[in-house]
Formats: sequence, structure tokens, C-alpha cells
Amino acid sequence: MKVLVNTGSFILGFIQEVGRLFLFILKTFKAATSKWYLKNIFLQIISIGYLSLPVVALTSFFTGGALAIQIYYGGNQFNSEVIVSSIVALGITRELGPVLGGIVVAGRVSAAIAAELGTMKVTEQIDALRTLSTDPYEYLVFPRVLAAVISLPVLVGFADIIGIMGGWLVGVQSLGFNGTVYLQNTEAFLESGDIISGLIKASVFGFIISIMGSYHGFNSKGGAQGVGRSTMNAVVSSSILILASNYIMTNLLFSS
Amino acid sequence: MIEIKNLNKKFNTNSVLKNLNINIEKGESAVVIGQSGTGKSVMLKCLLGLIKPDSGMIKINNVSILDKNLSYSNKNRIKIGMLFQGGALFDSLPIWKNISFTSLQGKVSEKECKINALMTLEKVGLKSNISDLYPSELSGGMQKRVALARAIFSEPDIILFDEPTTGLDPITADVINNLILEKVKDLGATALTITHDMASARTIASKVYMLHDGAIIWGDDVSELEKTDNKFSLQFTRGESNGPISHRSN
Repeated sequence: MKVLVNTGSFILGFIQEVGRLFLFILKTFKAATSKWYLKNIFLQIISIGYLSLPVVALTSFFTGGALAIQIYYGGNQFNSEVIVSSIVALGITRELGPVLGGIVVAGRVSAAIAAELGTMKVTEQIDALRTLSTDPYEYLVFPRVLAAVISLPVLVGFADIIGIMGGWLVGVQSLGFNGTVYLQNTEAFLESGDIISGLIKASVFGFIISIMGSYHGFNSKGGAQGVGRSTMNAVVSSSILILASNYIMTNLLFSS
Repeated sequence: MIEIKNLNKKFNTNSVLKNLNINIEKGESAVVIGQSGTGKSVMLKCLLGLIKPDSGMIKINNVSILDKNLSYSNKNRIKIGMLFQGGALFDSLPIWKNISFTSLQGKVSEKECKINALMTLEKVGLKSNISDLYPSELSGGMQKRVALARAIFSEPDIILFDEPTTGLDPITADVINNLILEKVKDLGATALTITHDMASARTIASKVYMLHDGAIIWGDDVSELEKTDNKFSLQFTRGESNGPISHRSN
């Protein structure tokens, strides 16, 4: 009996949480139709996009290099110059660039948003905003969401270039490939659709990261421990949602 | 003028406000006293529109603020200043931007906003050289003064104070109390303070109300505070552990 009660209350709690998140997203969309705080949007683009560039670039560079080695030693080394360059290019642009970039940014940005808004919540700063006739969704949430949706594709664009360069560098320096031929093969195999699909994914990931960070921050309770819990939940939920939505989008974009 | 009638609020099964009634006349400085957990903050948050009550009526200057058409983001809303318990200053903004926050969101130039902020800073006894500092660089007493400056910046009709002296030493607390008294008089505003600091209540109040178990059980002029025969008020005012109010562990 106790198991049934616990299962029931877990399911009800989950449905409630989904409903609350859905309302939060609706309020954010509504905020998009009201006042735009351009300075806040600009500052968030710097914080989410520009300041995430080093960590995304490093992740992408090493991933590109490791991928080249894996394909070379794991596969048939005959005609490897063509295979390595094409798989690195496709792998980075279609999957690894957006997904790894998204997860790295989720760790950095979603946590920062949840911690910042969570602290504002528990110290009554969000209530103070309301008493000063300012809608916190317009002032705090929407600028972060818009900045992330704009910044992530740009970051992934850079990640694609750097990841391919990582593969190229390993190919030329360690595997003895001809640099010019490697780049020619990359160019020959890569289609604009591969890059665009990755950028579309990145935009969706940006939305997930910023919404989950803001949502958990807004629902922080109980001081430092509550803010810590919100930060953890923001990172975990945005990482899982990135992987799940990546699967769905890959199906939609490539299965046809 | 603030009018609250039959206000009820429950959190799950816990009834916090139970048919709460209070009338505060224009220009009056009312102080609501009561133990922690009796519903003082919930009452204030209902008044601010931060919590939606289950039933009842709240009118400010004869306008019902529970009316669905009167949004708090409405540009024509009643001007309310609020001093939060912990100050609630925005960490990411310097002092002058905290004070002039509302004007900065409008069409007033930054230069003009800063001048007005510095003038308000002076009104609460702070020097202009702190205007570019951030809230974390100030002491607790200074943060409260800045929060007071922010509350009075737009010259509100109504000012609400949530435990204005909590966490302050007695001397700083007295300075804050006197500042509140002075500024409320200067603006001719209606003030509502919630506190359990009796020294603060005696300084600020023209009328005192006792909140117990979610309802106002006594209210009179501050001069009646010591003379009342209401046992709840007497026990609370004297800070005695024995009496009709049982000790709560909240």
C-alpha cells in the first residue's frame, strides 16, 4: 500500500512540476512581447556567449583530435585520409559540436543562472523587483533566454571550426596526412545541411539551458542549501534534456 | 488609506491568515506587532500582491488591488515603497542605481537619475561618496539606509516596512527608526510596519495593532500600549513568557 501511495505522489509531483515549468515558459514567451531590456540582453550575450568561448573551444579542439585518432586506429587504415577527415567533419558539425558544447555550457551557464536567480529569490531581490514595477520575467528571464538562444549557435559555429582544426592538426602532425588534402576532403564531404542542423540544435540547447537555469533559480527555497540544490537540479535537468532533445532532433532532421 | 477585510490565506492545510481586518487611515503610521509565524509577513506580501489571498478584500486608496484588471506592472498603479527585512538591494548594481532603479527603467537620463539618487542618499544621512559602491561593500545599517532611500525615492503614497530594525545594534536601530518617522512625516505617506521590536514600535507608531494566530486581536493608539487590559498585547509588550500566548518554537 505504501509503495502505491509513494508512486502516486511521485507521479502527481512530476505532473505538477511539468505544469509549473510549462507556465514558466509561457510567462517567458509573454515577456518577449513586452519591454525588452536591451542592456541586460547585451550583458547576457557577453556572459553566456563570449565568456563561454574558451571552454567550448578547448572541448571541441580535444574532441576533434581524439575523434581523428579513434577513427584512424579503430577502422581500416587504408584510405584513412578520406575517412578520418569526413567522419571528423560530420561528427563534429552534426553531433559532437552542438551536444558537447551544449553540455559544457549547461555546466557553466545553467548553474550560474540558477545560482544568481536563486540567491536573488531567497534574499527577496525578485520580490523587490516586483515592488519596483518591474516584471522579473522581462528583466531577468527573457534576456537570459534570448542571449542563450542567440549565443549557442555562434559558440557551436566556432566549436565546429576548432573541432575540425583539432582533427586536422592530429591528422597532419601524428598520423602523417597531407594537410591540404585533408582540408579538401573535409570540404568535399561537408554539406551546408550538416552545419545548419548543428546550429539549429544549438539554439534549442540554448533555450533549454537558460530556461532550466532560470526555472530552478526562481523556485529556490531555504537559503544556501536551497540555492545549491537548485543549481544542481538546473545542471542535471538541462544536461538530460539536451541529450533527449538531441535524439529527437536527430531523428527529425536526418531520418528522412 | 489601507483597508483589509476578512483576509484569509492557507498554505496547504495551515491557515496563516484568518479573517484578518485592519483599517489604516491616510497619513497614519501603523505598526503591526506579533510573534514570529503569526502571519505578519504574509499579510504584507498579500498587500504587495506577491501572495494571492484565498479570500477577502484589500483596498489601497479605495482601489481594490485584488481586482484582476489592476496589474502590479500597471504603470498607473498606486505608488508603494517597500523596505524589506534584509534590504533586498540588487547585488549587481551600484548604490545609486539601486536607489533610482525605477527611474532608470523609464526615459529619465542616467545623469538625472544619479543626481536624484544622491539627493535621496543625503536624505537618509549617507554621503554621496558611497554611491558607486556595491551593496556588499556596506555595513548592515548602511544597507538598511540605502534600502530606505530606495523605498522613498519615488515619493510613494504608501510605505511598507518589514522588520526594519532586525539585525541592527540598538543605536543603529534607533537611527533607522527616527529616519523612518521623519521621512514618513515629510512625505505625508501612510505607513505600515511589521515588527516584534517594541522599541521600534514605540518610536514609529501612531497606532499599534496586535496580530495573533492570523487575526488582529487588538488595536489602539501607541499611548494605550502600556495601559491596555488586553492580556495578549500586555504579554507581548512586556516580553513575558507566561501568559495567554504560548511559546512557539518557530
